[in-house]
Formats: sequence, structure tokens, C-alpha cells
Amino acid sequence: MNTIKKLAGILWIALGLYAGYFSLTSLGYPKLQSGLAGNASDLVFGLIVTLILTPLIVGALLTFGYYCLSGEYNDTRVLVQPEESK
Amino acid sequence: MTYVVSCLKTENRSNYLTANSIPMSAATPSSLRSVIAASSAGTMIEWYDFYIFGSLAPIIATQFFPQTDPTAALLSTLATFAAGFVVRPFGALFFGRLGDMVGRKYTFMMTLLLMGGATFLIGCVPSYVQIGFWAPVIVLLLRLLQGLALGGEYGGAATYVAEHSSNDRRGFWTSWIQTTATLGLFLSLLVIMVTKLSMEEAAFQHWGWRIPFWLSILMIGISYLIRRNMSESPSFTAVKSAGKISKNPIKESFGNKLNFKYVLLALLGATMGQGVIWYTGHYYAMHFLKNDCHIHGLTVEKIMTLAFVAGTPFFVLFGWLSDRWGRKNIMLAGMALAACSYFPIYKAMYHTAGTGHRTEVDEKYTSTTTRTADETVAGDTLIATAIHREFTDGTAYDEITTSRISPAKARSAQSSVVKATIHLNLPDFWILVALVFIQVLFVTMVYGPIAAFLVELFPARIRYTSMSLPYHVGNGVFGGLMPAVAAYLTVNAKGSGDVPANPDWFVQGLWYPVIIVSVCFLIGLLYIDGSDNRIDDE
Repeated sequence: MNTIKKLAGILWIALGLYAGYFSLTSLGYPKLQSGLAGNASDLVFGLIVTLILTPLIVGALLTFGYYCLSGEYNDTRVLVQPEESK
Repeated sequence: MTYVVSCLKTENRSNYLTANSIPMSAATPSSLRSVIAASSAGTMIEWYDFYIFGSLAPIIATQFFPQTDPTAALLSTLATFAAGFVVRPFGALFFGRLGDMVGRKYTFMMTLLLMGGATFLIGCVPSYVQIGFWAPVIVLLLRLLQGLALGGEYGGAATYVAEHSSNDRRGFWTSWIQTTATLGLFLSLLVIMVTKLSMEEAAFQHWGWRIPFWLSILMIGISYLIRRNMSESPSFTAVKSAGKISKNPIKESFGNKLNFKYVLLALLGATMGQGVIWYTGHYYAMHFLKNDCHIHGLTVEKIMTLAFVAGTPFFVLFGWLSDRWGRKNIMLAGMALAACSYFPIYKAMYHTAGTGHRTEVDEKYTSTTTRTADETVAGDTLIATAIHREFTDGTAYDEITTSRISPAKARSAQSSVVKATIHLNLPDFWILVALVFIQVLFVTMVYGPIAAFLVELFPARIRYTSMSLPYHVGNGVFGGLMPAVAAYLTVNAKGSGDVPANPDWFVQGLWYPVIIVSVCFLIGLLYIDGSDNRIDDE
């Protein structure tokens, strides 16, 4: 199970990159174009997609994928704790 | 050095272990009931305050944000989007930090007063006609305060109730808090309906719309008096008396990888999908019935309120079940069912509301055309064509086409607007209630146990901050954007021609919730443990 959890990290990273590309090219950019042409609603929507939604999706999935690959979410893991904390 | 094997959750908690464990005890059932009643009432009123703005958006737009003024139109969009998407997470951070440092009780008292004050004042702001540009600016600022308050309220109420509950009943007790978002939306629709029915339409448009905003101050006042006598949560009191209050909850929550990875897991494996399911079952269903199915507005409000009323007890049922079957299992089942069912449900809604399968009564067909001079543009003429059709099953269809003839413009530039309205027969009305109810059921499955789930994921000293942010990012950003993204995908699929580019254009917006929920389901399935429901730092 831990191997699947770790390898799935690659999937989340790839998904993060694709989601970022799709979000910018299919949602953010067309809305910004329409917004700059005079549609206020589209301008705000485009800015929110470009500056908030996309960085959030990409950042969260990339970091999550990296943590998965590092084994941070494995069921059991060996921790090194200083003796004095026992 | 010694090697210690521990499960993930214990690892998160052990990071904050105190040398001597902090003793805490759950409240007695009777005191717990008063804790829940006081917390839920306040939270429901906050949701009411927040949704009343959205529910009255068309009137607010005409009063404060005239489309003839481009700046006012921009402020209108900002008021709609910013409060839900940008400010709520900031409210979560600001009040979450306060809640972890000063206490849960005082923090959500503050959010209550802030929300109530802002809502009441929105109802008092003079219109754009009276004070011009200042009207939309003031309303935008008050709306931002509403978003800020909401960002702080939910985490406080959920944490407060959870910290009073025993480990084996936490899902059940916190599920009462989970009913408040739906009840708040229901209450806002109900108050608007009653206000509308109690006066002439013109009076409602002129001043009656302010009544739901004014009512807020009364409700907040009562809630404040009830909450004032509540004591601080046992977990926070124990952390405080042990001198373990966090000095910087934001840094501890998000600057420390051991905790931050759980924030990410809470967002991507739970709240992201939950937020999208909530907004699909509530706002998108309403938007779809009004704009894509063209059902009469008041009928849609009746459909939604009936589905909400029928669905609300299931929050408590699934919260209670999560104590027995596990939060993870209930929430993931809700996500799987939603992802698999949205397409067939929305296709059924569209076909139920459509007129294609009905038999028309030819003699009931009427068509009238009127021509009037446009008072706003000299020389222009407005032509309105009203068509009325009735069907053998009792359904009626009205269509009004408004065209403008402007001598100053070329013929091709003349605009035409079509507004269709369907008046449903009773059997189809109940079918739609059932179809919306199924979606509310999915909401209750993912939303009922989530407060307990989030609370159990984080240690007491930074709990308010750590759980508030993923909740409001998941709901505010991923969920809150759902209706807008889905509407955009639908319009794109429909195209601008007479014949839609995609025959199933009306369901293309559902790709957003289906994909988000599916990803969330996979992440939750793989990475959420869910076996430990203790919340004390022991």
C-alpha cells in the first residue's frame, strides 16, 4: 500500500500540471480576454481563476504529490525522536 | 537516539504532546444540548446573513450596482465573488488565530456581531440613485466584512461543539452544526418568500427587500444573549491552564510540515469534494432549474426549500452513522455516489422540465405583440412578443421576446432577448423535488461528518486555525466557484448558433464537480486513515 501511495505522488504532480494548464488556457485566459474587451464580470472571474484558483490547485497538488513521493503519508514510518523527549 | 514506529495521526499529535497529558472531560448530555443549541442557532443566523445577499442579488444589483455604470458593475461582481472566494479564507486565518490564542467562545461571539452588524447595515444603505457611487462602495465593504466573519464562525462553532463531545458521539453532536448551512439558506429563501407574499411586488422591489436584512439584527441579538452565558471549551481551557497556548498558530499550522501535510490532506481528500458537492446540490441545482430548465423562479424556490427540509435530518443521521462506521467511509460513499449520479440526475431534471414530450392544447395558444417607445433612448422602439402555450398535463409555457428597433443602428445590430418560463404540473414538480433531494442527500453524507473529521485531525492548541483554512478554501474557492465554472462550461458547450454544438450541452458544466469529486475520492481513499477519533492531546 505504501508503494502505491508513494507512486501515486507522480499522478498528483502530473494532474497538478495539467489542471494548471487547462485552467489557464480554457478558463482564465478566455475570460481575461473577454474581460479586457469590456465585460467586468468576466474580468473578475478571469482574475480569480488566474490568480487564485489556478495557483491553489497547482500548488496544492504539486506539494501533495511531493509529500507522497517522500513517503510522508505512509501508514507507518520510522521517526527519529531525541531521547530526552521520551 | 531511539526509533519509534507510529501511525500518521499519532505523529501529528505527538508533535504537540505535552510532558504531562492535559486532562479534559466531555460535557453532560443536558449541558451539551444547550451548547449545541446556542452554537447552531448563531451559526445558522450567520449563514442566513451570508445567503440573503446572494438570494436577493438581482434586486441588490438594481439598487446599488446599475449596469449602466461600468465601475458599479465591476464592484457588483467583486461583491459576489470576493466575499466568498478571497475573504473567507482570510477570515479563517484571522479568527482562527484569535480562537487558538484568546479562546473559541470570544472569537465566535465577535464573528456573530460582525456578521449581524454588516448585514443590518446593508439593509440601511441608501440606493445608488440617492447617494451615487458611494452606495456600491459601502455595500462592497459590508459584504467583505460578511465574508470575513463567516470565515471565522464555522471553525469556531465546530471546534467548540466537538471539544465538548465525547469521542464516541462526536459525529452525532457536531452534525447539528452541519445542518446550519442548509437551514440558513432555507431560512433566507423562506423569509424572502414570506416578505414577497406579504406585499405588492413594486413595494418589495422599492423597499421590502430590506426587511430580511433588518431582521438579522433581531436574530443576532437573541443569539448573542444565548451565547454570552456559555463557558469556554474544555480543551481550550485545559490547554490554557497548562500554559500551552500557541504563540503563533498560523506558523505552527502552515509553516510546520508535520501539520501542513494534514492541512493539504484535509483540503484535497475531504473539503474540496465536500464543498463542490454542497454547491452543486444547493446553488447549481437552483441555477440549473432557473436558467437551463426555465422553471418559474418561485417554483424553483419551493422545490429547493422542500428538498432542504426533507434532507436536513440526514445530516444528523450520517453524523451519527459516522460514529459507528467511520467518518471516512460515510464521506467517501457520498463522494462516489455523487460522482456517479450527477449526469443521470441532471439529464432527468432537464427532461422532466422540458416541453418536448408533452401534448399541446392548440386552442390555448395565444400570441400578443406590443410596441412601445423606449423612454431611455430617444427614437428607439421596443417590441415585446408574448407567447402562451398550455399542455394536456397542466404544464404551461410563457415566452417573451423583447426586440429593440433603433434607427441609429444597422438592422443586424438590433438586439433581441428571449425569456422563457415554464409553469410545472404537480407530478413533475414532485419529481424535481425528489431529484434535488437526492443531491441534498449526497451533501448530507459528505457534510454531516466533516466537522468531527476535521477537528480530530488537528491538535487542540492550533485546531481552530488548522481546520478553518482547508474548510473555507474547499468550500469558498473550490465550491464557491462551482456554479460560475459550470455555467461557463455549459455556455461554451451550447455555442452561439441556433442548434447547440453539443446535444447534451446542458450537462457539460457537471464535468467540474465530477472531476473534482473523483480526485478527492481517490485521495481520501488512499491517504485518509480515519481510525483515531480522539481529540485530546494525550
